[in-house]
Amino acid sequence: MNKRILIVFLIIASSLGMLSLDQFEDIFKITKKDVKLIYPTYFPKPSYSFSSNKLSPDKFVLGRKLFYDEILSKDNTVSCATCHERIAAFAHIDHKLSHGIYAKIGTRNVPPIQNLIWRTSFMWEGGVNHIEIQPLSPIENPIEMDEKMSNVLLKLKNDPVYVSLFKKAYKDSEITSERVFKSLTQFMGLMISSNSRYDKFIQQKDTLSKMEMNGLTLFRAKCASCHTEPLFTNNGFANNGLKVDPSLNDEGRYKITKNEKDKYAFTIPSLRNIEMTYPYMHDGRFKKIMDVLNFYSEGQNHNATVDQRVTSIGKLSSQEKKELNAFLLTLTDKTFLYDRRFVDPDYVFSR
Amino acid sequence: MGSLLILIGFPFMVFTQNVNLRFQNKVGDMPLIIDSVNYKNELNQDFTISKFKFYISNVRFENTNGTTTAPSTSFLIDQEDSLSLSTNLISIPSGFYSSVEFILGVDSIHNVSGAQTGALDVVNAMFWTWNSGYIFMKLEGNSSFSNSPGHFFEYHIGGFKEPYNAIRKIKLTFDQPVEISKHKLIDILINVNVLEILQHPNSIDFSKNSSIVEPFQSKIVSDNYEDIFSIINIK
Ligand code: HEC
Ligand code: HEC
Repeated sequence: MNKRILIVFLIIASSLGMLSLDQFEDIFKITKKDVKLIYPTYFPKPSYSFSSNKLSPDKFVLGRKLFYDEILSKDNTVSCATCHERIAAFAHIDHKLSHGIYAKIGTRNVPPIQNLIWRTSFMWEGGVNHIEIQPLSPIENPIEMDEKMSNVLLKLKNDPVYVSLFKKAYKDSEITSERVFKSLTQFMGLMISSNSRYDKFIQQKDTLSKMEMNGLTLFRAKCASCHTEPLFTNNGFANNGLKVDPSLNDEGRYKITKNEKDKYAFTIPSLRNIEMTYPYMHDGRFKKIMDVLNFYSEGQNHNATVDQRVTSIGKLSSQEKKELNAFLLTLTDKTFLYDRRFVDPDYVFSR
Repeated sequence: MGSLLILIGFPFMVFTQNVNLRFQNKVGDMPLIIDSVNYKNELNQDFTISKFKFYISNVRFENTNGTTTAPSTSFLIDQEDSLSLSTNLISIPSGFYSSVEFILGVDSIHNVSGAQTGALDVVNAMFWTWNSGYIFMKLEGNSSFSNSPGHFFEYHIGGFKEPYNAIRKIKLTFDQPVEISKHKLIDILINVNVLEILQHPNSIDFSKNSSIVEPFQSKIVSDNYEDIFSIINIK
């Protein structure tokens, strides 16, 4: 049986009471092998290498627990996983704008969490400069988790389960923000998507259909200068010609640099697992991949800062759109989406 | 407690950390007291201070033949944390020194280094969460001239990237060379004049500038804060 199907089966079986607790926990056990940094040879060198945050099963498990725990929010109702759902490559399925604490609606679409260690900045405007301090932003954001880091530490220190998990991971039970962040980084940093059909094609383990191949050729000609292979982002920022939504008037990168050239520029997102991360764009305005292709083909808005590489895409025929669409679907990585390492057994049980 | 012992000291003791920087925060000639004293800026606007914290980093000493010591890490000086005013220990090789240098702020490397501990721990609430980087100085208080709710004013000054670089180099020259050895703890008492944050060259008007909280706004204040430090005495 295929490993992925096996895991799905086991989850179903266990929820039906066909598996005992022990057997279930064994499946989710994290071993040394599970926390090895592995990526394909055609990937570049990561910008975050874990060199000052040595990977270990115990730290990873601690990070996993933190990621799924509502304790990080002020009223203990919101966890990272509330907005970042595993099955959507840790984006938020079908939510245009994020939904946070006290049912507050944010101003941005939740991006997926994948291949973060190759990124040089985070968030839609690239304001966060390091993976380790990324979690501070949602924790302290009044409309996301609305908590103070100092209070998170107090809560963790008062929880015997965490005291022992920190002790296991760090040899003493001191609970510091650095340890919280580094553990979360181990968990998030290992969320690596590198096993899509596209990857298997590159590794010559699979072939693409004619339609998908044509899509790849088109993609390389029209899209890859920004959505650069193999990560499908060049880590840059661009104004890709979206019409400005006056109700949000989100100036994007400009908020960080205050440079006129950056007005309405946003992080160039990776397109890996694009099938699962709908809706699309920083404000989630498009529901379907086809909507995005229609936009690039005939919906661009050419204001002062729009990127030349977008304006030069030109009109796409309906055949070309179908081909691009078919290619983009090859970026779905089921190995990643169903990876048991990213399932929190406690979380599965409590639902 | 450990540092207290070192401060009291014992004869013949060897000090691994042999220099201590102490800070005395003042507003002009008046001592800085949180939330109680009414001060005046140079525009004759009244104000009180509810918070005053700042970073100094990369403290180095220049010896009499011009070479400098290796820079130390960051210290967070907080008016509401008396230990931070009294105890900032560093170790300096023996020699004769003519000046001390440091930066007001946190250097660019430490602004991009991820999770850190000690003075640079984000729990100290001196870090911008959505636009990564340390807040080098927080000065908050009230002025009847401020148009913000509750007549509040807040200056969160920082930014390490050009053109919004708020890091300022400070050099304080000693009146005469100071001998630093392993056998004596040298105590340098530094005066910090908060009034200079609000003036020279830019006169801060509470009615116009009650909220300066992002790097791109910082310059009006960071150009002022270069000259807030002076040495009171060295013992
Ligand atoms: C209320 C929903 C919500 C919660 C809770 C939340 N996030 Fe997010 N997350 C978002 C949104 C929205 C963004 C994009 C924000 C932006 O760019 O302005 C984001 C961005 C991110 C990114 C950057 C991704 C990228 O591509 O740049 C990471 C990493 C991340 N979150 C991790 C976490 C972690 C870890 C937690 C828990 C500590 C968490 N998030 C909690 C909504 C949430
Ligand atoms: C100039 C660089 C650039 C080019 C060229 C470009 N894009 Fe984009 N793309 C972006 C940026 C920037 C965004 C995010 C914009 C936003 O949300 O404001 C984006 C978003 C997307 C998204 C939505 C991703 C998500 O997670 O929400 C898809 C899908 C997409 N682009 C596909 C394409 C395709 C297909 C092409 C070629 C036909 C292309 N792009 C060409 C810069 C570019």
